[in-house]
Amino acid sequence: MGKLTRRTFLISGAMLGGGALFGFIATPNRLGIRRSSSKQEAWLATWVNIAADNKITVLVPHAEMGQGTHTALPMMLAEEMEADWSMVQMQQAPAESIYAVGDMIKGFLADGLDVPAVFQRHTDYSFYKIASLMNMQITGGSGSVRFTGQAGMRRAGAAAKEMLIRAAAENWQVSVDECEAKLSQVFHHASGRSSSYGELAEQAASYEPPLHPVLKKKEDYTICGKPIFRFDTPAKVVGMQNYGIDIQLPGMKYAAIRHAPVFGGSAVSFDKSGIANGKGIETVVKLADSVVVIADNYWRAKTALSDLSVEFSDGEHGDFNSNNLFVEFTKALSSADIEVDFEQGEAGKELSSAAEIFSADYSVPFLAHATMEPMNCTAYFHDGILEIWTGTQDLLGARAFAAEVAELDFEKVIVHPVQLGGGFGRRLPTTGNYIEDAVRVAMQVSYPVKLIWSREEDMQHDYYRPAVQSQFKAILNSEGQPQLWHNVYTDIGINDDTAAAFTPYAIPHQSISRVELETPVPVSYWRSVEHSSQGFFLESFIDELAHKAEKDPFSYRLSLLKQQPRFAAALVQAAKNIGWEKNLPKGHGLGIAIKESFGTIVAQAVEVSLDDKDNLKIHRVSAVVDPGEVINPEIARSQIEGGIIYGLTAALFGKISVEKGRVIQSNFPDYQVLKLSGTPEIDVAFIESGERIGGMGEVGLPPIAAAVCNAIYAASGRRIRQLPLIDQNFNILA
Amino acid sequence: MAFKLIINGEETIVDVEPAMPLLWVLRDELGLTGTKFGCGIAACGACTVHVNGVATRTCVLPVEAVDGAEITTIEGLGKNGLHPVQQAWIEHQVPQCGYCQSGMIMSVVSLLDNTGNPTDEELNQAVTNVCRCGTYQKVRAAVDSLKQS
Repeated sequence: MGKLTRRTFLISGAMLGGGALFGFIATPNRLGIRRSSSKQEAWLATWVNIAADNKITVLVPHAEMGQGTHTALPMMLAEEMEADWSMVQMQQAPAESIYAVGDMIKGFLADGLDVPAVFQRHTDYSFYKIASLMNMQITGGSGSVRFTGQAGMRRAGAAAKEMLIRAAAENWQVSVDECEAKLSQVFHHASGRSSSYGELAEQAASYEPPLHPVLKKKEDYTICGKPIFRFDTPAKVVGMQNYGIDIQLPGMKYAAIRHAPVFGGSAVSFDKSGIANGKGIETVVKLADSVVVIADNYWRAKTALSDLSVEFSDGEHGDFNSNNLFVEFTKALSSADIEVDFEQGEAGKELSSAAEIFSADYSVPFLAHATMEPMNCTAYFHDGILEIWTGTQDLLGARAFAAEVAELDFEKVIVHPVQLGGGFGRRLPTTGNYIEDAVRVAMQVSYPVKLIWSREEDMQHDYYRPAVQSQFKAILNSEGQPQLWHNVYTDIGINDDTAAAFTPYAIPHQSISRVELETPVPVSYWRSVEHSSQGFFLESFIDELAHKAEKDPFSYRLSLLKQQPRFAAALVQAAKNIGWEKNLPKGHGLGIAIKESFGTIVAQAVEVSLDDKDNLKIHRVSAVVDPGEVINPEIARSQIEGGIIYGLTAALFGKISVEKGRVIQSNFPDYQVLKLSGTPEIDVAFIESGERIGGMGEVGLPPIAAAVCNAIYAASGRRIRQLPLIDQNFNILA
Repeated sequence: MAFKLIINGEETIVDVEPAMPLLWVLRDELGLTGTKFGCGIAACGACTVHVNGVATRTCVLPVEAVDGAEITTIEGLGKNGLHPVQQAWIEHQVPQCGYCQSGMIMSVVSLLDNTGNPTDEELNQAVTNVCRCGTYQKVRAAVDSLKQS
């Protein structure tokens, strides 16, 4: 790949061709659609380009990390535009402010959700302006389709269609109502005339876009709802997909890095005498908390780095031990210093007067993301300009972050979009330590540097899913129905959506609260965020209550979901799909769990078996998903399967432990992951309830741990309150 | 030191240290970046290529051990039109992020070359590549579709 500069961006934009450029952008004072002119720079303001030869290019502001957004968003725009899908192509939008994703913020607010902390920097402008001011082009919160797609792409497509119809109607001097748009053409059936979008585009672009374009009805869809092939598959099966780690630039050098092993530690000094004469070794750079060897080949840099003698200081946290943290958690949970997030009925009174209180403590450990592509960033500082190539879930955010690190103006930084070899929350600007390393190195040398973290660095210097402990107390009435639900859990950060801990079940007296603590372990968003732990806690404890009441756990849940028809429907379907009533072989058990996250309700039923030697096998998962509406069922199914595998891996094996301030796990052998052999059969069914569209990328994960543990209880009578399962004396096939 | 490799059918001479793993010869010396770095300890399979027709992890394989060998990488697999495994991967829409898929495909091709009709257990034993996106079920479906009936 050649050297790309801001200038070539603009030229390549112009090369997209003439014709109309339609974009939905929201201005500071109103949400509207603005046409952009076809001047060289104008394409930056657009989401769709129609070329004279009828080719339609959709610019997608979000990052592709495997979730399929680069296909799903163009589908939504093309659907409303009545485009001929065979002529639609996708282009990743660049890291420019005009592509800030205002609909993400608007979406969170419209849902009545708290805006997550990463979004909360300004709230007094309209949403686009906020996103633009924040340099936010974030991909996360399972929000691309439900916010950018629903509020942005659909409206842009519908507006473009109305403008194209108007152009044709004016040419033919007929009413727009007599014209129909279909397959990138406008027809006037009465006279048998037709014009292609390519022919009409330039004229259509001269109109003021309609503010309130009419969206299509679901029953009229020809693109959305279909299992259309992804744009990115062909390149990915021939090794031609370009990831950040694959960037090659003229004169580029390779760098390997070793960080101070203790969180908050620093690099003091190094002795390079041992590597001075190594072949291809360029130099050694010391950063505040790391040392970096630069060479003409990554292996040479990495080999020299392992031979380099470095002195690190431990800083303040050399005594930190994650096992002690859970002791601290237990103490904190009984302290009075709690933050109450939800109260209903008279929870306090009920608790003090109760004859029998049923209680249970649960906990989950820290987890690493372990994306398949280790963290890496290529950076080149030249002519006062910093260029970076890196996989990021937020192009604009990465640009602002790199500018801050380099102490450069935002305008002096160029971020080149590349495909991400997995994201899962690891590649956000707030977790941009890999970008910071590369930028700091690049500012000290005169050539482009590709800095690659080893897997060990990737695992030991992640921002981890927070460890959480949760304490429940409940009281059942004489029929076994819960009267009181009392829950307090630990919060060490990354707990923006406190509603993740709320229960959907009808329980008259409730108190849900948390205790805030601080730890030296860096934490961040991890696929499904709070729901990853809360799903396990909530759905395990309700299962315990069902057994306590001597009721079937599926029927028990159902009896508490009379006011929640979407939950009930998903639960019933999942039970049916697994065969809840079937006769099971000896040692087998069924478990069920349900969790809403990111606007989507997911029920999962699981079949497991345990033999007399505690060999645990997960046989099958039946997932039922109500996201309101499904844009691409094949991509959606992949996302649900992926969420289940990621969550199952964590439930079975996942644990990051810290001793003396250092992460113990270092690579896949001691941070074990599920492989083909351990993967259960997974069936996924969708319920298109027609409710507001929900997310897909994360929602498959939250119920799985509880569903598995509930099945283990059914099979063996062993209740699991602590993850991972590998630490609970099970033998598990990866 | 010079080593002769026949890479995707073309004879290639590389002058590198004998200990340099084949992965980094391919990626950094020859620019063949379709083969990926995942773990560096042969635990994940992202770096799998064919050495004399056999699926082999290359991140710890010294180049001196493959002097004179025929190497096929993902770039060479479909050189004369897509390999049936690559076609099945498209049909079943297997890849998500795609990073592990070069190695996954090379492992599967090798298995099917040896055993036209692998059992589930043979597939489990032969294809131990790590995929964090969780494409395993689609991998299995795509392999099933390629079995000789």
